[in-house]
Amino acid sequence: MTRLQRTSHRIFRGGISKWIFILPSLILLAFFALPLFALIYRSIEPGFFANTLSRQAFQALKLSLVTSSLSTLITVVLGTPLAYLLARWKFKFKSWLELVIDLPIVLPPSVAGLALLIAFGRRGIFGAYLSEVGISIPFTTTAVIMAQLFVAAPLFIRSARIGFAHVDKQLEESAYVEGANQWQVFYEIMLPISARALASGTILTWTRALGEFGATILFAGNLEGITQTMPIAIYIGVERDLGVAMALSVVLILVSVVLLILTKKIDAEEE
Amino acid sequence: MTACGASATPVPESQTLIVFAAASLTDAFTEIGIAFDAANPGISTIFNFGGSQSLQTQIEEGAPADVFASANKTQMDAVIAASLITEGTQKNFLTNKLVIILPANNPASLEKLEDLANPGIKLVLAAEEVPVGKYSLEAFDLMNGSFGIDFKDKVLANVVSNEDNVKQVVTKVQLGEADAGIVYTSDAIAAPDLKTLEIPAELNVIAKYPIAPLVNSENADIAAKFIEYVLSAEGQTILAKWGFIPVK
Repeated sequence: MTRLQRTSHRIFRGGISKWIFILPSLILLAFFALPLFALIYRSIEPGFFANTLSRQAFQALKLSLVTSSLSTLITVVLGTPLAYLLARWKFKFKSWLELVIDLPIVLPPSVAGLALLIAFGRRGIFGAYLSEVGISIPFTTTAVIMAQLFVAAPLFIRSARIGFAHVDKQLEESAYVEGANQWQVFYEIMLPISARALASGTILTWTRALGEFGATILFAGNLEGITQTMPIAIYIGVERDLGVAMALSVVLILVSVVLLILTKKIDAEEE
Repeated sequence: MTACGASATPVPESQTLIVFAAASLTDAFTEIGIAFDAANPGISTIFNFGGSQSLQTQIEEGAPADVFASANKTQMDAVIAASLITEGTQKNFLTNKLVIILPANNPASLEKLEDLANPGIKLVLAAEEVPVGKYSLEAFDLMNGSFGIDFKDKVLANVVSNEDNVKQVVTKVQLGEADAGIVYTSDAIAAPDLKTLEIPAELNVIAKYPIAPLVNSENADIAAKFIEYVLSAEGQTILAKWGFIPVK
């Protein structure tokens, strides 16, 4: 055995030292797990299924699924070219562009909502022109999709960019030498190789879009069936009918768990 | 309260009073808080403003509060039913009325109450659980009598958003996103840049706001003092200044 191997063996056998790792981890894990268990435990009561199937819950669920799917689709269609551009082209101000794209990830959602309102609201900087031609965005389902797009798309773009950047340049170069054009290189080489990064980026975007609240309630408002997504229904529900709020929360947790397991599977295949 | 000279009586540490108050009381109570603290050195009053239904839920779930001022009897009764406030300790400290607010440039050209039923206008109300949202629906019921049995339905068809508290309704109108909103007269006074449409007394709803100390308060005596101040001449004057109707 090498010296290093012997040392690590000692750490794992020696009783006291391993607690340095275990104790803090347990505390943090408990902090994550307890609220989730508490929520699920409390919400399993006789009215649970009735609550999940109530009209308000059903409308919110449907709206959330439809809008998050649409915003994810738009993200993939528009975000893939952008990610490729960032990964492979060299141009001035590229790092500034990357900064702008990464910003919505760290911005508080309410700031995003306010920014969208000031840009696209009825009296907004661009919105004013839109309302002159009769287009009004706030309070519509479109606004919900825009809010989700704003906060969730950067996650996909980042993942895709990293995926593209990791493709071996030699593969591309040999393809160009063989006479392929940029689209062929992208479609036949980069896309298949980065498929897993794209897939996990898509799921990340989808879960973020599903959970979006702050920007949505500010920019799109709250109206059942049109703009009341699941997170908003849960927030309002806490004040009206705790049972419905808890039931919806459990549904959201379950959907997120499924999506996360999918992500793990995709990542595992990579290795 | 403070000791002078070399006497042994220690100066009490700053005590904090936590007041949960309806969102519509934001401006008035902030001013009352400043005046109350000035008149009672050593006391620091902090506020948690929100929709009364939101505050009720927080109190029921154990949030620490010394005083609860609600915009509606319903939320106060709920907290009493949860044994967190003693029945009989609540007192009405003001009344409030509804008014319609419009953006300064009145984009939908609303001139009279009936115009609320005009197709296509964007109306923002507070959600049903919020006191002012409930009062708005009651007012529409009253208006059915004057404007026709389907007035309420036509108006509700114009609602584009149900906000979580009354100040959010004000914001949407101030931003010009909504053509009209229904709030309290006190909120209209706090936002003088907005246009208003009066709702006549026979179609209006009188909202009575109750205030009470919490049973689990650790500052029962200070809570009592605060409530006394709100009901005093100074407190009522501040409330009147912000557009509320004093009880005294």
